[in-house]
Amino acid sequence: MSKGLRTEEFTINMGPVHPSTHGVCRFLLTMDGEVVVKAEPVIGYLHRALEKICENRTYAQCIPVMDRFEYCTSMSCNMVLALAVEKMAKIEVPERAEYLRVIMLELNRIASHLIWFGTTALDLGAITPFLYGFREREDILDLFEMTCGQRLTYNYIRIGGVAKDIPPEFTPKLKKFLDIIDGKIDDYEKVLTYNPIFITRNKDIGILTPEMALGYGVSGPALRASGVKFDLRRDDPYSIYDRFKFNIPIGQNGDCYDRYQVRMQEMRESAEIVRQALAQLPEGDIMGRVSRAFKAPACEIYSRIENSRGEMGVYVQSDGKSKKPLRLKMRGGSYNQLQVMPELIKGLKVADVVAVMASLDIIMPEVDR
Amino acid sequence: MEIAGIFKYLFERLEATGLGQPWVDLISLVAAAVIVFGFLSVVALFLVWLERKVSAHYQQRLGPMRTGWHGWLQTIADAVKLLQKEDIIPSTADRPVYFWAPIIAFVAAFAVYVVMPFGDGLIVSDLNIGILFILAITTFTIISLLMAGWGSNNKYALMGGMRSAAQVVSYEVPMVISVLAVIVFAGSLSMVDIVESQAKIYQWYIFRVPFGPIAFIMYIIAATAETNRTPFDLPEAEQELIAGFNIEYSGMKFAMFFLAEFVNMFTVSAIGATIFLGGWQGPWLPSWVWFLVKTMALVFVFMAFRWTYPRLRVDHLMEFAWKYLIPLGFANLILAGLMKSSGWFNW
Repeated sequence: MSKGLRTEEFTINMGPVHPSTHGVCRFLLTMDGEVVVKAEPVIGYLHRALEKICENRTYAQCIPVMDRFEYCTSMSCNMVLALAVEKMAKIEVPERAEYLRVIMLELNRIASHLIWFGTTALDLGAITPFLYGFREREDILDLFEMTCGQRLTYNYIRIGGVAKDIPPEFTPKLKKFLDIIDGKIDDYEKVLTYNPIFITRNKDIGILTPEMALGYGVSGPALRASGVKFDLRRDDPYSIYDRFKFNIPIGQNGDCYDRYQVRMQEMRESAEIVRQALAQLPEGDIMGRVSRAFKAPACEIYSRIENSRGEMGVYVQSDGKSKKPLRLKMRGGSYNQLQVMPELIKGLKVADVVAVMASLDIIMPEVDR
Repeated sequence: MEIAGIFKYLFERLEATGLGQPWVDLISLVAAAVIVFGFLSVVALFLVWLERKVSAHYQQRLGPMRTGWHGWLQTIADAVKLLQKEDIIPSTADRPVYFWAPIIAFVAAFAVYVVMPFGDGLIVSDLNIGILFILAITTFTIISLLMAGWGSNNKYALMGGMRSAAQVVSYEVPMVISVLAVIVFAGSLSMVDIVESQAKIYQWYIFRVPFGPIAFIMYIIAATAETNRTPFDLPEAEQELIAGFNIEYSGMKFAMFFLAEFVNMFTVSAIGATIFLGGWQGPWLPSWVWFLVKTMALVFVFMAFRWTYPRLRVDHLMEFAWKYLIPLGFANLILAGLMKSSGWFNW
């Protein structure tokens, strides 16, 4: 470049109010024209002190608070705390409740992935698939609504079992949904997967190597897309996941397109698990014997489950005297995914920032808690 | 009854009143301007409504349903709302630039219709350089986008403005080349001559294999980029630049950009229909009906693009224009020239 002409870097404030930062994530982007030189995430805009709130409540009262931890998959949030407390207080969960839990968790995973599918398309400028995704999610939410009366924060999986049994019209509706979902996913793939524009926008963008993924603690579909076959449902089975047969889709390159593919496959696998669970669903109680305000023995415990955004965990410490947790720490997959973002988007265009963020499926309540 | 006949009758009555020639010219010009402006305003309002309905049906929704029959009053209600809005000018904005940008966009969008043949004899002025005039005027839009981006004094807006400048300059070239291939065959720059050279359906330039279809597809791609619509809507990429160049605009200024955008879409469709699809030529129906039918068909194509495709990235977009479209366009132009000079395909 000649002496007279020179370019300057400038800083853009992307968020917290931005259509595609999935909530209130904020990035300070140092840009050289369209190219990102440096990215710095700023978090905390959605901090609600959930962990501290939980410490002032009994274990049973913590469940509705957990709903707000990651509102796209509230079932998982309920589940992870229920698992921890059941392990601490040695509570037996009836067989039927376990199956209902698995059905709900996997349906919730599909619902969450459908949101991801819609927003990914939306972030890349295709508006229509967003509504297709939400159309099928609506069916799942109807199922949840007829079971527990809620569509977003379910408060359904309780310590010792589940809150309510499924109504009689639930099973036919679920069967109908399971019949159509594979065809619908085929439709989505027709719209996006083989679209040349979509492929160029995603292929070789934001490559996450396995080393980097493990180093940053990235988990879930983002980790599997990098080629690491690690799924807590298989590798550290909780509940009754060891009774089901399912594949764990993995990617090779760890780019945005692989992450997309892995999630699309996972939806099919989740539907398969729901089918198996529905076929095996036994009759019986839905709630174990839990005293109203039990005290857990003095111990500390970490329980983790495979959520749609990676490993979701909760660390609970009890002093053995109180009915409330002494310390409760939540772990969400999005936090680690957000951490790795600055590395991934360095040197990419501003349009890719959005694509990478969408492919990592970051959701802010899980980061800020 | 043909509309052209009515206008001709009115014009004759005006001449018969005995006013001097300058007055007759002035009155007929103002009348033509008002008619075209009124027609296009209605078209823009209709297209906004149509886009909402088309998008809704693509997405398994109903779209506006409550204001009037199937929501046909919705855009009028929106326009009235926008008129009432406070006109906010950012304190750091470059005021004159900020102020003039939407006006230029608006004027440029409408000025094209001076040479647009709406039907047999329905043209304001049959310039002998008609198509050149159109291509020149449509480029004005980009000046307004750049002004809006610069004048808003907002980084997102500036990036949108720069993107639009790069994009429109790139896509102007393939668009002109594709049109040039037709001009070679028609042997004239006048819009009326181009239409008249396509009297029979097999003479439509889109059916003149092989150069016609290639030129048509190139034109459609370039026109989508010209009008900043998906998959080339980078200047206002909602998900990246929030709204690009018009991020700081509100109220009537925003409405002007918005209407100009829809008029532009109608413009490129009308040009496409005129150049490639035989313009107002067609059997049975009045000529202006044919013009509208063909134009709306192309408008629908653009809408279908928008509600189906994701957005390209800025470098892919430039790559596509310079590496593929422009070489193809030149090859096509040479082909058209060969076909014309050999005389074999000149049916």
